[in-house]
Amino acid sequence: MNYSEKLNRISVLGAAGKMGSGILLLSALEVADQMMKPENKGQNFVLNAIDVSSAALSDLMVYIKEQVLKVAEKRTVQLRRLYAHRTDLIENRDVIDAWVADVMSLIRPGTRIEAAYDSTLIFEAVSENAELKTNLFRQINQNNPNQPWFFTNTSSVPIGGLNESARLDGRILGFHFYNPPAVQKLVELIAIPENSADMNEFALLLAKNMRKVVVPSNDIAGFIGNGHFMRDALYGINEALRLKNEMPLHEAIYCINRVSQDFLMRPMGIFQLIDYVGVDVVRFIMKVMDPYMTDETLHSTMLDDLFTKGVKGGQFANGSQKDGILKYEKGRPVAVYSLEKGEYIDFSGFAEKADEWLGELPAATISWKNLVKSPEREQLAAKAFEDYRKSETKGATLALAYAQRSRQIGLKLVSDGVARSNKDVNTVMLTGFFHAWSPVNEFVVK
Amino acid sequence: MKPHRKIYMIAGYNTVSMGTGRKEFNPKKERPGIEHYLKEAGQGTLMQMGGASHVDEGVVGNFMSARFNKQAHLGAFLGMIDPGLRLKPAISVEGACASGGLALVTGIKSVLSGSAEVVLTIGVEVQNTVKAIYGADILAGAGWFQRRKEGQAYFFPGQFSDRAGAYFEKAGRDKSRKAFARWYKNAIENARLCPTAQEFDNNVEDLEKQGLTEPNPGSFTEHLNVFDCSKVSDGASSIAIVSEEGLKRCSISKVEAVEVVGIGHAADDLTALPDDLTRLSTVAFAVKQALDSAGISPNDLATIETHDCFTIAGILGVEAIGLAPEGKGADFVLEGHTARDGKIPINTTGGLIGWGHPTGATGVHQAVTIWEQLTGKAGASQINIPNDRPYGLTVNMGGDDRTVVAIVFKKAE
Repeated sequence: MNYSEKLNRISVLGAAGKMGSGILLLSALEVADQMMKPENKGQNFVLNAIDVSSAALSDLMVYIKEQVLKVAEKRTVQLRRLYAHRTDLIENRDVIDAWVADVMSLIRPGTRIEAAYDSTLIFEAVSENAELKTNLFRQINQNNPNQPWFFTNTSSVPIGGLNESARLDGRILGFHFYNPPAVQKLVELIAIPENSADMNEFALLLAKNMRKVVVPSNDIAGFIGNGHFMRDALYGINEALRLKNEMPLHEAIYCINRVSQDFLMRPMGIFQLIDYVGVDVVRFIMKVMDPYMTDETLHSTMLDDLFTKGVKGGQFANGSQKDGILKYEKGRPVAVYSLEKGEYIDFSGFAEKADEWLGELPAATISWKNLVKSPEREQLAAKAFEDYRKSETKGATLALAYAQRSRQIGLKLVSDGVARSNKDVNTVMLTGFFHAWSPVNEFVVK
Repeated sequence: MKPHRKIYMIAGYNTVSMGTGRKEFNPKKERPGIEHYLKEAGQGTLMQMGGASHVDEGVVGNFMSARFNKQAHLGAFLGMIDPGLRLKPAISVEGACASGGLALVTGIKSVLSGSAEVVLTIGVEVQNTVKAIYGADILAGAGWFQRRKEGQAYFFPGQFSDRAGAYFEKAGRDKSRKAFARWYKNAIENARLCPTAQEFDNNVEDLEKQGLTEPNPGSFTEHLNVFDCSKVSDGASSIAIVSEEGLKRCSISKVEAVEVVGIGHAADDLTALPDDLTRLSTVAFAVKQALDSAGISPNDLATIETHDCFTIAGILGVEAIGLAPEGKGADFVLEGHTARDGKIPINTTGGLIGWGHPTGATGVHQAVTIWEQLTGKAGASQINIPNDRPYGLTVNMGGDDRTVVAIVFKKAE
């Protein structure tokens, strides 16, 4: 394998999307690093940014330039060394501008798939639709004489199936970034038996050069990240439905969201996380995964109902949260959607009552923000769960059961052969989902 | 230079040194511009000296407003500070980070020449208009531009990192880095006593541990970390330079004034490299000039404001002033002599590292601090001024030991 030559001609499909734009940025930075190496002088690098939306590509180029500039400002010490030979570049500003121009010159935005016909490496980040992916792969593969490698960012579609349906002879693997790719440290690498060792080695090196934490996952729909998240989300939804006997559903959603955030010491509650990813996306991923499940059903009628009513969540182009199951003001949830009434109901009307029902947070509970910073976060989390076990409040009881379920999901991912170890499951949850403590642990079942 | 006529300074005023560290600082929000700082500082002095009608002339010290703020011609802002200053002579002077010191010297010379009895002297700089990486380009103008290319991204930190590296050879790395960390600790602890200081809100517990953070040459410099550096600051300081007659005109008693009893001012060739990286030879020259003209030795000083743009500059300054032999400045600091309860308290409100370094204002800020200490106006940061040592010294340096202004002050009698 010649690493830099493989990077000579890359195409990113779906480049203007949230995942695609991050992948394009990371690729551009890595290619730029290669391009600057003296031994790669004379090599010509091209990075095609392909997307169906011409308008979105314009925004993409603005976004990429801003991001590259930020990187340049952080790397100026190295960039000055890199451009030491350029006597015309004297001030930091000169060096930064030159590098930004050099990186931007790599990128060719366009709406035509034909641009990928001479690529050596294809990054795919189009929507989570197996048929669409298959068609794109097949078309490129048939017209591309370079036997390109296909790296798909799918978070749920099995790679083996894509390999077969697009007839790629093993030249495909899962390279699953987390959202947003430029910030999130985790990459799940999903290899299939048909892969060449060369390609797997290259993928690993590329992920490492992108400064990612790599977790290998086996080729089972949903892989580790969504394998945990989808089941965890279903559990939360079903818990809320179960509480319907005791309170209206919107209050139950509020309670479970609080339990899964404050009591579980997670960065956000489960319903906020569903909104963050998008109600439609979560529902879709479940749909993709479900046919591959032999002993369980991954489906929620509540998500169907929400979707039908147009409750979708997701983010605006500037990264702020759209209203979904919850309604947001300045990024914080303030109301919850009532399926019965078809409107949002402010927390202020019932939160006090619901909080009282849940009971006070035990003294040992720490906010996620503080817990995640602590070097003793696992021990501190264990202490909180000790309190939950002793406490008789509804909140503590729900939290303990929730954490036990999360642990069980993790164990199942290992016994099903999706993850190679408990540690890999924990790494995904700690890195990809920013959990402060490992879900597969001993302290929630002591 | 020994003044041939009595020269006093009165009515000092400092704005807050604004920048990272201050709670109210938010780099993403719009902030007051250079006009605001000029006005606040100028009015702060005018208020204490009976108004603009007493002023004969104005001097503004500033380094790089032409690039930081796209604004030159600062002398002509005086009429904005107070309409009473309109049509009075005013100039701005520049000598890199010694611009404030040059403003003082310029004001002193006006009074000595007899052209003025009262000179309003303001130093100002507003640097947070650009990110630090671009600010480094602007500040690099204090060096010879022909050498910018070979310099580091953070140009002056790079220059003083080289000095630190040379000093390590002489005094030992371990001890030197410990002394740097102690210097940092003293600076922050002093700043915590001064409400206008940039590090006033600093609540880090183990400052020496923080100061000992290993330098990262990949992202900054080889021998210095960010705690070894002065702050990027917005701020202004102001003081009035007056004759005996000026004092009377402003109805200010000598108890409220400090006397200027010795002046040193030297500029060395900007295109030349330092003869010895472990010596601040221009500082040594100017300080000697100032002390000699005042007829005192370093042992007569009660306090010093020295130009610690970097911890290493602080320690080399201690040696250049003559407080410790060459190579022993680190020991002098580690033995506690420069702390506020030490033999010779240095930078009692935090200096450039703790109080802040609005470059063009720094020389004036130093004078204001000495004025506060010698007249008992230093509030929580007040130190004891022994009767047998009624002197204070300021050392203001421009560039890498190229322009230096040193002034000896005395409690006025």
